[in-house]
Formats: sequence, C-alpha cells, structure tokens
Amino acid sequence: MRPAVEVASVVKRFDEVTALNDVSFTADHGELFGIVGPDGAGKTTLFRILTTLIVPDAGSGSVLGLDVVRDLWQIRSRVGYMPGRFSLYPDLSVIENLEFFASVFGTTVEKGYELIAPVYRQIEPFRDRRADALSGGMKQKLALSCALVHRPDILFLDEPTTGVDAVSRREFWDQLAVLKKSGLTIVVSTPYMDEAIRCDRVALLQAGRILDVDRPAAISERYPLPLLAATGGDRHRMLATLRAFPNAHAVFPFGESLHYTDRRADAEPNAIVAELTAYLHQHGHPDANVRLIAADIEDSFMHLMMEAAPSDIAGAT
Amino acid sequence: MTAAAVAEKPKAIVARELTRKFGEFVAVDHITFDVAAGEVFGFLGANGAGKTTAIKMLIGLLAPTGGEARVAGFDVATQTEAIRRNIGYMSQRFSLYEDLTVNENISLYGGIYGLSDKQIAERGERMRKSLDLPNELVGRLPLGWKQKLAFSVALLHEPQIVFLDEPTGGVDPITRRQFWEMIYAAAARGTTVFVTTHYMDEAEYCDRISIMVDGRIAALGTPAELKQQWNVRSVDDVFVRLARPAAVEEGKE
Repeated sequence: MRPAVEVASVVKRFDEVTALNDVSFTADHGELFGIVGPDGAGKTTLFRILTTLIVPDAGSGSVLGLDVVRDLWQIRSRVGYMPGRFSLYPDLSVIENLEFFASVFGTTVEKGYELIAPVYRQIEPFRDRRADALSGGMKQKLALSCALVHRPDILFLDEPTTGVDAVSRREFWDQLAVLKKSGLTIVVSTPYMDEAIRCDRVALLQAGRILDVDRPAAISERYPLPLLAATGGDRHRMLATLRAFPNAHAVFPFGESLHYTDRRADAEPNAIVAELTAYLHQHGHPDANVRLIAADIEDSFMHLMMEAAPSDIAGAT
Repeated sequence: MTAAAVAEKPKAIVARELTRKFGEFVAVDHITFDVAAGEVFGFLGANGAGKTTAIKMLIGLLAPTGGEARVAGFDVATQTEAIRRNIGYMSQRFSLYEDLTVNENISLYGGIYGLSDKQIAERGERMRKSLDLPNELVGRLPLGWKQKLAFSVALLHEPQIVFLDEPTGGVDPITRRQFWEMIYAAAARGTTVFVTTHYMDEAEYCDRISIMVDGRIAALGTPAELKQQWNVRSVDDVFVRLARPAAVEEGKE
C-alpha cells in the first residue's frame, strides 16, 4: 500500500518568492505527522497543494494514493481540511455550521457523530449559539468538528493552535491523540517547536526547504555537537561572556538557562563542562552552574537552520 | 527583581484596583500591581482572561470603569495624550506599512511622534545600521526582520515604556531569541518593557511576570518565585495549574 501522503520534489513559486523548494517526505496511514516551522516557511502552501487547492510548479504529490493534480475530486471527498483562518460561518449557529459542512459532503451530522463526539461534546451545550459568539477555543473545536463530520480518511490541520494560549494548546493535542486512536491519519502544522514531540514524526520546514524528517527524538539524537546548559547570575551578561569563549559555536537563551554549543565535536563532554565552569567563574559569574544536556527539537531546529543558510540569520553567532 | 527590589525603584506603571466592566461582565477585576522603571515585565494569561482590555486601559485607549493607573507618571483616565507621547506600542500583528520602504516608515512614524527632521535622520540612520536592513519595501522583508523593525520604530521617540503584544508570534526560533536580545538591550538602556506572549519559555526571560485568570491577577513574581511557590519546574506548569479551571468552564470571552 502506498503511504497516506507522498510528496516528491515539490516546487512552488509565487512571483520571485520560492515558497516550496524541492520538498519531499511521506506520511504513513494512521500516523500523526507534523509540519513544524515558522511563518513563511511554506506550511500553508504545502497544505493547499495536498488539499488540491493549488497545483505545484514541479514535482508530484499523492494523498491516499491519489494524485493531487489529476485526482482532485476524489481527494476532496476524502480529506478533512481545517485552514489556518477559521472557515466557519459567523452568523450560523454551532449546529447549523456542522449541518452545512455535512450536507456539502452529502452526509448528515448523525452519521458523523461517533467520530466528532470526543471534540463536539464539549461544545454541544452551546449548539444554538452563533459561531461569532464563541470563544477562540470553542471556535477551534467547532472548526475541527466541521472538518471531521464527513468522516474523512485523512485530516489536514493548518496551524490549529496559532495564537491559542498554552492551556488550550495542550488540550487540543490531547484531542488529536484521541482521534489518532480511531485510525485517522492526521497531518498538522505548527510554529510551536514544543508541539513537535506530540507527533509520531515531523518534517522541519524553514524558508521552503525541509531541514529534516524523522521521529522528534531521532532528530534530537542527531545533534552533532556538545550541548550544555548554563544557569546562575545575570543571564544577559552571561550570554555575552559565553559568546566570547573561543570554542563557542552558538549560545542562545533557552527558558531559564542559556544553551551553549561547543564547536569541538570530538571533545570529552565532561571536560568541556569543567572548562566552561572555570571560565565563567573567572569572568564574573561566581554562581554559574554548567551541565551537559540532551538537545530538544528546538535546539535541533536552530542548528539545522544555521547549517542550511547561515547568511539568512542576521547577527546570529 | 524581587518584590522588595521593585518597591525601592521608581515606578513606570502603578495600577490600583484597576477595573473595566462591559455591562455586567467584568473583563478586568480590580487589578493592582507596579512595574519598576527598566523592568522587563511579562503579562500572561489565557485567551479571554482580560489581558487585552487591561493593556488598552494602560495605553490610554480605553477608560477604566473603576480604580486607577498611572503610566510614566500620567493618569490613564485623564492624561491619555501625555501617555501616548511617552510610550511605544507594538501589536501582535505587524504594525508597519507594507507598501512603504523602511526609510519611509521611519519618516512617517517619526513625524507622527513629533520628531524633528534632524532627529528622524539621525535615529533612522542608527536604526538601519544596528539592524543591518536594506531600504526595501517593508512587504518584501522576512517576518523576523519586520518584527525587529517594528520594535525599533516603537522605540523611535525614545519612550519610557514600550508595550509589546505577542511580538514573536510565528517567528522562527533564532529570530525569536534575537528579538529578546533587543528587549534586553532596551531594558539595559532604561526602557521599561511590558510584554505579552504565548511562548512560556519567553516568560522565563522576564524580570517578573503576572498571570491573569478571569480578569484578576492570580500570580505575580519572578519566574523563580512562582515556580518555587507552585513547586513545579517551569512557568508553563505554573500557567497550566492557574489557568486550567478558567479554561475548563470557558463559555465566552
């Protein structure tokens, strides 16, 4: 059986902007697959190609074994698509929106109820409220229900959590995990790096190019250089001190600590910890604490970004 | 910055029982807090918690229905003109003109803020140098550069306080960090920074943070104090514990 999604060497240009530049990956049936990257990376362009709304300039794509250019009508009846901007009708009620989306696909809310239930039950008490009177989190649940009501075989969610607070984001990903259990294939994009770990596999996308595709843990494990976290004392001053260290490759603030990457790939990590600790203590940071850490997906994304296009990153060291 | 350290410093923002009602609905419910001059203050809360309403009052766009607040020493209810001259503001969505060049945007905002031609020329030059920006149409710049430019333009008239409303949404992780280095640099020059964000790691970069829940300030302190108080490892965990009850029973905002 062919993969649920197959993208091969896809290129898409808009005037002089290359939105997608030789993009290739596959997503398997039943997989929760993430497209992770900032605004302007090409996420929405990719989703529009996969949902047959635009065609690629070069390369090919298939969804459920169907060609995204030739088989567009067959694909459209079998995918659920939640665009980045909510596509709800503001002056229709919750239930009217749902009935409308069901009727477009020639089905009914009753037939789709079992699939949408885990999400829809949370907003069902407000079924007669107009969509424009819902909170952001409830609109999101309604949009997801509308994308699911015709029982698609694959779901495309374009930045469902953008602008949503940290609590609602967690809840949304919990819902996706429930939907995945029903066997649905889900392709979801996000600019939030911390959401990558909720996916089975991710494609990291930056400036129209794929930086890497794999399980999030596998990507992190490939981090090629010693990575250390430094804490204690004035963080802003310590940032400058660490960047002045002769073997510094990159130094970035990271939550409550600073992440320091050493340029010496083969050095003994514990020796670097000792060396860096001594250096900080000597340079005005007597309380500095340094420890070796494992990279997370955001460390990896930044490293791959610098490798891919160092000149694009103004002022980064 | 601990509460004691804040108490000793001059204040950029003083809010006392600040309240805003819309009919029966209390969007901001008697909030009281100080922000010290030169502080980086993170203003957090779930969607619909009342952050935007509170910010609108602090920048003089919306009159309080109760309580009071002073920003840069001016009363938010009666001295809104003076407040606007003394603050900078950058919104979540990009606030520059896409079909004007970098220089044209700088001239336009400089003029709006009442700077002289000489000031505009000097500060514009300094800004372009430090940002290393080409004089392109702003619409052609990558998002990260636009956001850095918008921040610099918000500082053009050298305000005492700058309000940043989700300045890094959707920005790549490296540019996001560079943006925060610009925030630190502004704070080091004495500018007070009042910032909202949905990135909880950024909350850790603030001197102090407040977390709004249902119109009230449910927590206020340094990131370390809050983590200790709730006995959790990250600000994200503090946020989830506080905001969860509100999020569960959300009906409208």
